[in-house]
Amino acid sequence: MDNIGIENIIFLIVAVVGIGLFVWQIRKIRKNVLMGRDMVIADNPKERINQTLLVAFGQQKMFKRMVPAVLHLFVYVGFIVINIEVLEILIDGIFGTHRVLGFVGVLYSGLTALNEILAALVIFACAAFLWRRNVMKLPRLASGVEMRAWPELDANIILVTEIVLMLALFAFNIADLRQVQLAGEEVVGAYPISQLFVNVFGGNPTTLLVIEKVGWWVHILGILAFMNYLPSSKHFHIIMAFPNVYYAKLLPKGKFTTNPAITNEIKAMLDPSYQPPAPETDADGNPIIQRFGAKDVEDLTWKQIMDSYTCTECGRCTAVCPGNITGKLLSPRKVVMDTRDRVEEKGERPAIFAPNHYKELGVDRVPVTEEKTLLRGYVTPEELWACTTCNACVEACPVGIDQLSTIMDLRRFLVLEESAAPASLNAMFTNIENNGAPWAFSPADRFNWADELYVPSKS
Amino acid sequence: MAEMAASGEEPEILFWVGCSGAFDDRYKRVTRSFVQILEHVGVKYAVLGTEESCTGDPAKRAGNEFLFQMQALTNIEVLNGYNVKKIVTACPHCFNTIKNEYPDLGGHYEVIHHSAFLQQLINEGKVRVKDGESFKGRRITFHDSCYLGRANGVYEAPREVLAALDADLVEMKRIRANGLCCGAGGAQMWKEPEPGNKDVNIERTEEALATLGPAEGSVIATACPFCMVMLNDGVKNKEQEENVRVFDIAELIAQAEGLSK
Repeated sequence: MDNIGIENIIFLIVAVVGIGLFVWQIRKIRKNVLMGRDMVIADNPKERINQTLLVAFGQQKMFKRMVPAVLHLFVYVGFIVINIEVLEILIDGIFGTHRVLGFVGVLYSGLTALNEILAALVIFACAAFLWRRNVMKLPRLASGVEMRAWPELDANIILVTEIVLMLALFAFNIADLRQVQLAGEEVVGAYPISQLFVNVFGGNPTTLLVIEKVGWWVHILGILAFMNYLPSSKHFHIIMAFPNVYYAKLLPKGKFTTNPAITNEIKAMLDPSYQPPAPETDADGNPIIQRFGAKDVEDLTWKQIMDSYTCTECGRCTAVCPGNITGKLLSPRKVVMDTRDRVEEKGERPAIFAPNHYKELGVDRVPVTEEKTLLRGYVTPEELWACTTCNACVEACPVGIDQLSTIMDLRRFLVLEESAAPASLNAMFTNIENNGAPWAFSPADRFNWADELYVPSKS
Repeated sequence: MAEMAASGEEPEILFWVGCSGAFDDRYKRVTRSFVQILEHVGVKYAVLGTEESCTGDPAKRAGNEFLFQMQALTNIEVLNGYNVKKIVTACPHCFNTIKNEYPDLGGHYEVIHHSAFLQQLINEGKVRVKDGESFKGRRITFHDSCYLGRANGVYEAPREVLAALDADLVEMKRIRANGLCCGAGGAQMWKEPEPGNKDVNIERTEEALATLGPAEGSVIATACPFCMVMLNDGVKNKEQEENVRVFDIAELIAQAEGLSK
């Protein structure tokens, strides 16, 4: 233990502070998610685990679009494998050891070699992503009212940071390798990429030592900083994708939720002797009166709020939305992003709270209204009424977000609490009430189709 | 149904006609085609006639949960009163609502969309798709209904039914799970579209027409009354009604079987 010095103690403090700060932020987000309504999702654990393995771990839905799927796979696998090395970095950092996992021999060479190759692929993929976003300006990534200042900056911060982290890793490896070679010692591990660039930093031992130290510190401090950046960023999906896919709807997509409170009301109306169950009460024994549908974030379920923390703003939902394709205001991605912004406006805030940065560009993402609620304050009725409930967004989402459920709950509030449906829909409601059909036909004519029925006699 | 119940009989299936099937002039032809097929194969079926009422689907998708449940509970009372067990319908919206949303309100039935029912009849050899109009070599493209496809995962049945026609089946780019909506779902059928630069049905019709090409006698096949209206309007808008017609899969089968007048 005599190799523990001041450097290691500083590292330990930084690591503890970094992790502590991260936990503190996670607790805030947990509190935000629990702002939503209770909903028990405890059915079919086996099927849910399967779904998580396939869709989250297996990236199944990403492969609907091949190019981004492969690029994303590099970053995803790189993230997982390189984190094994981060474990080593932590141990080396705290105990002043050097490549502490080196004792596993060939396995260690395999790991370090794989790490280098993946790190190179991560750099390549992130560069390609930057290109797609900033040069090619792919519509799904670069356009849409919701993709203003902060989401755009956020995406670029993530990509540049990942490239810097990988470059730091290479700087450390190259400097380390060169020093070992100069000292004539045996190389622990294999470094196929660093090998190629082993001479870039020259042969001065002091310079090499400095570069090794700087590379090491940039990499580890970068990781700790990045970890604390996640809760403010769309990049939080690297954590939330897994629980969110686990809790994603297993039922047929066409099955919308049924509100039992309404069932009780109708049953009581149809049958005066029907005794509805007593309403649920809060801690003080007062009945909990729930709104029908959702006006604000606390009317959504915790899963719907979790959805908003899982969204990585890839825009696959919006790209397949029939409303959005045909130039209407609706963008399912915006509904999800609005939910997160509103939750943080109303509830806890992570380190960086930036939902309104888009206004700095002089572009209002939402029409400014007096109401600051999710409905109208963020999502307008015009957006909601453009939805065809076709489920294309839900199908497209690689991380189990149910955009449609939020759209429907906001619509329900408009209709059930405000009677604010478009006039033509109110006419349709009246027809159903009076004629049992959405059009103004007499129920007595319902069987008239059979009058002209032609059935050929069987020969 | 009332007559059968009065004579103590129970049908094998209840054919749920739906509001489009009962009132929409174009879709009444689909209802009649499907009934002709039912008669032809000798299935013991019944309809509710004037006792049927809207499932409540348009109300529910529009956000009017109250009206939906009123309709659902009333319908369930009628269906349970007749001890109905198996329901076939040609409307994916009725299909989805009765199959997925009625159970929570006390209505438990085996619900089949007519595409799956027709597929079964063809597989069993009860419908031979002979003796009628030949579709050999004609170009047909199938448009997936959202409430049949994505909502309930039925992609194969309508395609297998069409495959029996020996026609030249061509697929659009956006199909199955990636299918593009016709624009009528979510109660859009009863309202003007929100402001945009194009109507959804035009977008979809353009895709269908591009897929079918200039061949005469081509068909856009649908399995949903709303899709049929939207695509028919789209074809008319593009002034292609001379070359391209929109048919329900039941109509095509009835024509191929020689059942339609």
